[in-house]
Amino acid sequence: MSLKIVVLAKQVPDTRNVGKDAMTAEGTVNRAALPAIFNPEDLNALEQALRLKDAHPGSTITILTMGPGRAAEVIREGLFRGADNGYLLTDRAFAGADTLATSYALATAIKKIGEYDIIIGGRQAIDGDTAQVGPQVAEKLGLTQITYAEEILDVNLADKRITVKRHIDGGVETVEGPLPIVITVNGSAAPCRPRNAKLVMKYKRALGAQEKAAITKDGAALPYAELYDKNAYLNITEWSVADVDGDLKQCGLSGSPTKVKAIRNISFQAKESKTLSGSDADIEGLIVELLENHTIG
Amino acid sequence: MNNVYVYLELEGQTVADVSLELLTKGRKLANQLGCQLEAVAVGSGLDGVEKQVMPYGVDTLHVFDAEGLFPYTSLPHTSVLVNLFKEEKPQICLMGATVIGRDLGPRVSSALFSGLTADCTSLEIGEYEDKKAGKVYENLLYQIRPAFGGNIVATIVNPDNRPQMATVREGVMKKEILDPNYKGEVIRHDVAKYVPETDYVVKVIDRHVEKAKHNLKGAPIVIAGGYGMGSKEGFDMLFDLAKELHAEVGASRAAVDAGFCDHDRQIGQTGVTVRPKLYIACGISGQIQHIAGMQEAGIIISINNDPNAPINTIADYVINGTVEEVVPKMIKYYKQNSK
Repeated sequence: MSLKIVVLAKQVPDTRNVGKDAMTAEGTVNRAALPAIFNPEDLNALEQALRLKDAHPGSTITILTMGPGRAAEVIREGLFRGADNGYLLTDRAFAGADTLATSYALATAIKKIGEYDIIIGGRQAIDGDTAQVGPQVAEKLGLTQITYAEEILDVNLADKRITVKRHIDGGVETVEGPLPIVITVNGSAAPCRPRNAKLVMKYKRALGAQEKAAITKDGAALPYAELYDKNAYLNITEWSVADVDGDLKQCGLSGSPTKVKAIRNISFQAKESKTLSGSDADIEGLIVELLENHTIG
Repeated sequence: MNNVYVYLELEGQTVADVSLELLTKGRKLANQLGCQLEAVAVGSGLDGVEKQVMPYGVDTLHVFDAEGLFPYTSLPHTSVLVNLFKEEKPQICLMGATVIGRDLGPRVSSALFSGLTADCTSLEIGEYEDKKAGKVYENLLYQIRPAFGGNIVATIVNPDNRPQMATVREGVMKKEILDPNYKGEVIRHDVAKYVPETDYVVKVIDRHVEKAKHNLKGAPIVIAGGYGMGSKEGFDMLFDLAKELHAEVGASRAAVDAGFCDHDRQIGQTGVTVRPKLYIACGISGQIQHIAGMQEAGIIISINNDPNAPINTIADYVINGTVEEVVPKMIKYYKQNSK
């Protein structure tokens, strides 16, 4: 018996490595300077999915992501590591989505995929840190959820039950729930296995329609064009709102109850500070001063 | 109707500190809006739970007491809030940005189609003009949080949908008793009317909760290390200094992500908020998320070999030097000069 697994993955700007060039002269964020990466906790989720596939041969893993054309990269990365296929939800109408509109789009696509036992993603994405999309998708699909998962301990296919070890505040918990289910995985879970060389060879030319269009836009020919007709798996499927029978009103900005009222760049209230060197005299002077005013000691 | 609600997080029969902090904030918001403060307790064996929360100025406490409601699982708690909110139509709902709050909040918001902002560092009341629609909204909840890797601070509003929901980390708001004899009403609800039997599908098989290994939140002196500490071994010297000064050791997110320090010692927006009398920042550049968790410290000392580190702008003492050089000297001169 096998499992149908959907992995929710997001392409995110690498906010962990914000260098000085990440801010423009006007003090706004220079998104172009940040590399786009596979959201780290989504990789932890992919690993849990791959382990289930190892344990239950015949299981399939589908990567689902939402984003611009270049987000097909996330699907390729998943294919390189053992996923079977993927869908890129991409439409201007999805732009400006908050977590609720995002979860609507993902839930609609999951319904379109149709068959699923486990929907698994990272606990949160590093560009927002909200941890909201997983539970919101679960609610929209009418499924229960297990968040902050550390490890999937067991799947009992006969009883359709799953056992998961998860984090709670100040401890750990082992819970058992029914399939189908939504699971979000913590960053402390097992890291994702590396790319598989054979799969990289197989899928390295896989492209989404927008990526192909970007290559050919100035009249250039698509390299290895014949491969895409011969091997359907090299064509990464793109889905629009219409493709998943989505309701435009619930997508993107119009489907987002939260609005951004104001964005403020950070400027610290500068204090008058005393600058010291690392010399013995300066450090001793500071320690004596802190002792005398009873800050320490 | 139209009141401010706080979801009370419970460990057994004890209300979590973060919920009491939110009651304090919720009371102030309710006063400003001219409405009442209500709280919701969902768990098992909750007789007398009102004694813990009334002093914070709760006007109405809704108690849902039944077996199976503790330990927390997602569906029954969601049903309580969703069905109660459909009747009561709160304008604001606050919960802790804890594992429970971050599991429950999004489900409730999804079911009610209401906006939710995670990990707010400040909550205010104000107006919002939707220029496109030509509409002005009065008395909205400003949900303020750092965003985009902490390079900006965003103010989020939910103009049309209710409740306006926000989660806040423990320690961000201050808890203050309003009146030890404050009298509010207690309503005990029939749980079966709110939670269908089919909600009890997740079983908690095993559960370990440990008391925190340290008291970072309440420590008078905090020594925090950043990515600049270079390694787990680099942190050893901070623990040495902490031992001398009777301080606790904290860390920036970058240091935690790099594996230099345990996650439960992370200070900042997505970690612990601290208000010590002395904060020594070692090799911390000072992203806004970190500053959000320590800016109310009494005296801030920054040790950094980059004179342009952002944290230096809020420090009282800036030591231009490497941590490896400065920290051992601090230990040495503390030993020499204290008694």
